[in-house]
Order: sequence, then structure tokens, then C-alpha cells
Amino acid sequence: MSGEEFVPLSLTPLLIGTFAAIACALPGNFLVLRKQALIGDAISHVVLPGIVVAFLLTGAISTWPMMLGAAGASVVAVVMIEAVRRLGQIEPGAAMGVVFTTMFAAGVLLLEQTDTSTVHLDVEHALYGNLESLIWLDATGWSSLFDPEALAGLPPELPRIALTLLVVSLFMWLFWRPLKISTFDEGFARTIGVRTGALGFALVIIAAIAAVAAFDAVGSIIVIAMFICPPAAARMMTNRLETQITWSVVFAIVSAVSGYVLAGYGPLWLGAADAVSAAGMIATMSGLILACTAIWGPCRTRAGAPSTA
Amino acid sequence: MLELAANQGVSVAEIGIESSPLAIRGLTVSYGQKPAVFSVDMTVEPGAMTAIIGPNGAGKSTLLKAALGIVSPLSGQVSVFGEPLEKQRARIAYVPQRASVDWDFPTRVIDVVLMGLSRELGLLGRVRARHMSRAMDCLNRVGMRDFADRQIGQLSGGQQQRVFLARALAQDADLYLLDEPFAGVDAATEKAIIAVLKSLKEAGKTVVAVHHDLATVTDYFDHVFLINTRKVAEGPVAEAFTAETLQSAYGGRLATAQIDQISRALG
Repeated sequence: MSGEEFVPLSLTPLLIGTFAAIACALPGNFLVLRKQALIGDAISHVVLPGIVVAFLLTGAISTWPMMLGAAGASVVAVVMIEAVRRLGQIEPGAAMGVVFTTMFAAGVLLLEQTDTSTVHLDVEHALYGNLESLIWLDATGWSSLFDPEALAGLPPELPRIALTLLVVSLFMWLFWRPLKISTFDEGFARTIGVRTGALGFALVIIAAIAAVAAFDAVGSIIVIAMFICPPAAARMMTNRLETQITWSVVFAIVSAVSGYVLAGYGPLWLGAADAVSAAGMIATMSGLILACTAIWGPCRTRAGAPSTA
Repeated sequence: MLELAANQGVSVAEIGIESSPLAIRGLTVSYGQKPAVFSVDMTVEPGAMTAIIGPNGAGKSTLLKAALGIVSPLSGQVSVFGEPLEKQRARIAYVPQRASVDWDFPTRVIDVVLMGLSRELGLLGRVRARHMSRAMDCLNRVGMRDFADRQIGQLSGGQQQRVFLARALAQDADLYLLDEPFAGVDAATEKAIIAVLKSLKEAGKTVVAVHHDLATVTDYFDHVFLINTRKVAEGPVAEAFTAETLQSAYGGRLATAQIDQISRALG
């Protein structure tokens, strides 16, 4: 494929898909190890009431109020999950289940009770996103990457998700040591002065930011898949956290690129007429990678069986 | 120094709060309706090895965790070397219960020991050769040098406990708090751990351990702290670890035969 065709039509969706996948996979490593992986699922559901409320307040579909609404709803959800978990003294999974279904239901009710039927707020869009539509029509080829006029026409999702990825990466780099220690041994972390409660909350907020930005660009299917699949697959490739992070990024990139390409061309190769959803295919690829590592990964046996030593 | 529940209210502790490595006053901790630890005073003897003893669910681990700020007490004060806990964190090393962490965590033995150096390393400090050699020394002291590159899940229970102890050694503290260090470990590990703890004591450090094996108390420790939600007794083993205090701490849960045996052992 030539640059004239690739740059305007495929480069931006590929980059957005890849950045979204990495931004979710990075915090996903810690969420999976903390047995909080469902938080991605929860966040992608609770953003609905946030978006609806933002729409009701502003009366228009515009990005920033909706992202703020989604982020606000995520924070409310995280606080409520913690509150239910502590006050009810129940396990985190159950607390998440209670909070996110309730908030999602509230969002649906709000949507029904108010006059949003005229605007484009639908479940399908929320699930699959619209990766294929994030094209860069101002581009004419690779040279457009250095052309300020063409760059001005970039889909706004791209700089937004790139910034999100930067924020997520910075957080992980800066708090790597306390994150690792408190994930492994929370009690010990507290004795050396790590504020584990605040750190755990910050991790979930970072995950929420990644989820909301990715949700905006590519829909919730990718969010849910990317929080869990690349980190879980990476865990089966290595017994070191540092290496696990690297593998999870590799798997996120491979899922995003192969999923996008397969969605666009796979059906044609098979003789079908239409392309399939890129978001759906990316999530499917990440699931396939997870299945492969579960079967062939070198570190898939659960430890705990003491060695002969 | 012996205090019995019956004559509580009169503080007869000889060492003041200022000079004690760990002094607790009026500590109450509750997880629900019922307090796990109620109005406990404790004054740890400097340079001694103290065993915290009591029946299951008596609040031994909770007392330790509250002293370390891991759980928040309802009331009470903790002072470490005469100052608030936050100011003296660098002088405390903690060995949690082995079962409290997920040993499937993707990390190696040496990485766990290096966690003991994290106050020194700070957020972004690089692990340098001298940190590495200190961590290896600590592994050597617990006889685990050859396991440095193993994934922690591949270790036996006793080996895991020794790695935790090595991490505490890397903290290079003055006060060592251990939660059930001998629980479910093999005999060789128990010997290795007690040898390390005694060497700490010889170096002038203070050691406090939650302990469950009454038969080894007199061999391993010189002070005891008996607790059953409330403090039962505190002091040197010869004074505070008696048939009377044990009966008081354990109630009917300790067979008379066991108490007789301990009394005989104590002479």
C-alpha cells in the first residue's frame, strides 16, 4: 500500500488503536496482579451516566464536557466501590459488580427519561467505538507528517490518546518502586512509609483516565480486553515484573496492528465483501494471544509447588 | 515488672517511654463490633528479644500491625524510640506473616531483598553494585545466597520465610518486628532464623516476635508479652511466663498437662 493511501486512511486509526491498547495495558499489569482487573470493565460501564449527565448539562455532544463527565463518574464509582467494600466488608469483585451495574442502569434510565433520542448516543457506538472513521483526510502522503496545515486536520482523538499514554507512562515510571512493593506486600509497604491507600487510588484514577480516553476513541470492548489480556498473557511469558511490562506492551501493539489489518483485509482475503469491526478484531486478537500463551507460555504453571530444592 | 490484669491501672513499667524502642499506651483496635485489642499498654525492653504470646484471635498480629501503622487504632499512642512512629520508620524492620502475600508474584528472591533498601533508594534511585552486594550479604546470613535468581514461588515455605528475614536485615534497623516467623517452617529454617535473631540481639538490636510455640519460649526469648485482647502480663520470661499468667491468657484452652509441662520446664 502506498503512502498516499496508507497515511490518510490507516495511519491514524492504527496509531490511535495502538496508543489506546498500550495506555490500558500498562496499568492493567498492576490491576491484574492486584486482582482488580474488573475495574476496567466497571469503568467502561459507569462512564455512561457521566456522559449522559454531561450531555444534559451542556445540551450538546461535545468532547471535553463528556470526557469530564465520564471521568467524574469513574471517580464516583471508584469511591463508591471502596466504600461498599469497606463498609460492607465484602470482596472487591462483588463491590465492583454492585456499583457498576447500578450506575450503568442509572445511565440507561437517564437516557430513556430525557430527550436524547435526537442525538447520537447509542449503545453500539459505546461498545465498538469508531476506529475506522478516525481518518486523516488532509493527508496526502508521508510528507503530510511535516506539513503544519495537514497536521491541523488530524483527528483530535490522536493527540488526546497520545497525551494520555504519556501521562500513564510517566505515572508508571515515577511510582514504579512503590507500586511494585505495595502490590506484592501492602503491609510491608506501609511500614516503610508508602501511602498505599493513596497510591492504590491513584492507580485506579490513572486506569480510569486511560479507560475514558480509550473509550472515547475506540469503544469499551478494547478497554476491557486491553486491561486484562496483554498483562495476563505477559505474565505467562516471564517471572519478572519488569519483563512482564515489556511483554504486555509488545502484545498490546501486536493485537492492535494485527487486529486492525485483519479487520480491514481479512474478510476480503476470505472472499467476503465487507470489513469487520476493528475494535472487535483487536480484542479478539488479544484473546487469541492470551490463549496461545496459556498453552505454550514458558511460565504458565502456577508457582506454589515447591521445587525439589 | 510483672503486671497482671488484676492489678492494672498502676503502671509499674521501669523503663520510660523515652528510652523504649516501642512503647504503646492505651491501644484499642477493632475490626468490627468487638475489639481485637483493648486498652493495651506495652513497653518493649531495649536490646531484648520479646515474644508476643496468646491464644488464636487474641490480637497478637493486630497489636503488631497497629504498632506499625498498618491498621488504624480506635485510640492509643505508639512511640518508637521516644518519638512518633512516622519520624522513626527508618529504624524499624518488619517481617509480615508469610501467608499474607501472594508468592506467585512475578519477582525474584533478590528483588524482594532489595525492597528492604527502598527507603534508601527513594523513588528513582538506581540499584548499584553496593546495594546488590548488601542484599546478597543479607541472603547469605539466612543461608539463601544460592537462590538469589529464583522466582519466589519456587521456594519452600521455610525458604520464603528466610527471604522475608533477609529483606528485614537489608533494612538495617534497630527494632525488628516479626509476625509468626516460625509458623509452618522446617526445623533447619527455625534454627537459621533463631541464630540470626540472636545475632541481632548481640549487636544491640531489639527483637519483638509474635510467637505461638509455648514450648520454645524459654529457649528463644528473654521477655514475654502475654495478650488475650487485653494485656495479661509483661516482663522477663522468668517472671511473666508462669503457669498463672498462661492460665489467665489461655483460659480453658490450654490443657492443664501443658501448663504443668511448662511449669516444670521453667523449674
